[in-house]
Amino acid sequence: MSNDQITFHRVEKSYGDNLILENINCKVKQGEFITMVGASGCGKSTFLKMLLGIESQSSGDILLEGQPIVPEPSEERGIVFQRYSVFPHLTVKQNVAIAKEFEQSLIGRLFGSKRKQALEEAEKWLDAVGLLHAKDKYPHELSGGMQQRLAIAQALIKHPKVLLLDEPFGALDPGIRKEMHKLVLDLWEKYQLTIFMVTHDLEEGFYLGTRLWVFDKVRHDPHAPNRYGSTITFDLPVGQTDNKSYHEIEQSLSLNVATA
Amino acid sequence: MKRWINKRPSRSLAVALGIIPFLLIMALYQWESVNRKAENPNDKLLPSVSEFQSAIDRLAFTPSKRTGEYLFWQDTVSSLKRLLMGVLCAAAIGLIIGLITGAIPLIGANLNPIVTAISLIPPMAILPLLFITFGLGELSKVMLIIIGITPFLIRDLYQRTKDIPSEQLVKAQTLGANSFQIINRVLLPQVLPRLIDALRLSLGTAWLFLIAAEAIAATEGLGYRIFLVRRYLSMDVILPYVVWITFLAFILDWLLINASKKVFPWYHAVK
Repeated sequence: MSNDQITFHRVEKSYGDNLILENINCKVKQGEFITMVGASGCGKSTFLKMLLGIESQSSGDILLEGQPIVPEPSEERGIVFQRYSVFPHLTVKQNVAIAKEFEQSLIGRLFGSKRKQALEEAEKWLDAVGLLHAKDKYPHELSGGMQQRLAIAQALIKHPKVLLLDEPFGALDPGIRKEMHKLVLDLWEKYQLTIFMVTHDLEEGFYLGTRLWVFDKVRHDPHAPNRYGSTITFDLPVGQTDNKSYHEIEQSLSLNVATA
Repeated sequence: MKRWINKRPSRSLAVALGIIPFLLIMALYQWESVNRKAENPNDKLLPSVSEFQSAIDRLAFTPSKRTGEYLFWQDTVSSLKRLLMGVLCAAAIGLIIGLITGAIPLIGANLNPIVTAISLIPPMAILPLLFITFGLGELSKVMLIIIGITPFLIRDLYQRTKDIPSEQLVKAQTLGANSFQIINRVLLPQVLPRLIDALRLSLGTAWLFLIAAEAIAATEGLGYRIFLVRRYLSMDVILPYVVWITFLAFILDWLLINASKKVFPWYHAVK
């Protein structure tokens, strides 16, 4: 067996006649940080949804550690959405500890010393994302950046094999975004995570990832725009990227935006 | 000058503006009452304040000559008992069915059509059926309230459950939760404050059915008393009873909203 953690083999996704993604072939090793960019509607989010298990491919195979991926969300894959991924009715600490409660209690609620233990572990992860000071607050009392920190802590307590980020910082201020970048890179390094991140910010994609994917259509039929789907048109090891390819990609993205 | 849509009253002005209609109605009533009494001292339609006082005193603070009970309080207790029993049963049924049908699509597909069909039956049309099935006792009155408001509660809570962002359900699944755990820890706690909202909306309907049932077959109760003394044109009893029912309805609503704010602070902060 190879050491590829995730394999996409000839994956295609369509809704009826509407072809979204075609001919997706890729292999990802444990510990890689993939950033995905593309114009809106290019299928990068659909790709992430297939990886997450809330959409299934129309044809082809998606393998996680050699096994077909479970077609519904599972503990192997953590997720942080742009919004709504924390529980508004629980405090920060409870939001993280609830994963332990799901794990250890049939009804999903722990009592006594077990509950205390879960809350203590939750605090450890809150410390890791720099949110310990707000542990007893409710999510609505947190800023957008703090809510995303919480969502990350929730995902990390499960030690997922893959962490999926769906435009996690899209709604944040630039200053806060810089802080979040640093946090994600620190966590990625410390816990050896495999990360897939969708972003619409090319610069963010270049800065964060070890590998940058661009989703775009290679074939166009002007009379039937949905005839062909997108595929991965660039697969760059970002460490070695020069300015030229940055501009090349930027141009292809802005062209797409102009024609969209 | 600011546009009218941008002018906001200060707190004291808002209170004053709010009180004016009440005062106007009272003044209008008093004026009409005095007028009618001047024409015919025995007029029963718009009793004077002293007549109200003596009616209230007779019903609320003097034991009934026939039974030795204080009729007003007896009526209040039995009406509230029926109302609360009906509303609580309806809330329990509405919560359970609404939550389960909203959370589990297979059960939703199974039960939603029948719930919709039942909700279209006018409850008053089957009141005779209830009297025949459950007798003329307490049960049939409580059942009318239950049948009257449960379909609304089920459908409302079904929708509220559906409205919870799917991101949260996905998140819970990635945290390892099974369906039951998601219902118990993610959906149920978030639907509870919405149940209180729905109850506040349905309380008015519950009163309607309660008074209708009491008017037709009862031996005590606020609605029963109103319809009983109607025969004697006793406006001096009817009007205080109506005001009292309004006040009780207000108190129940106030209790619900305040309990909700206290128990579910996160819900009211987000809104």
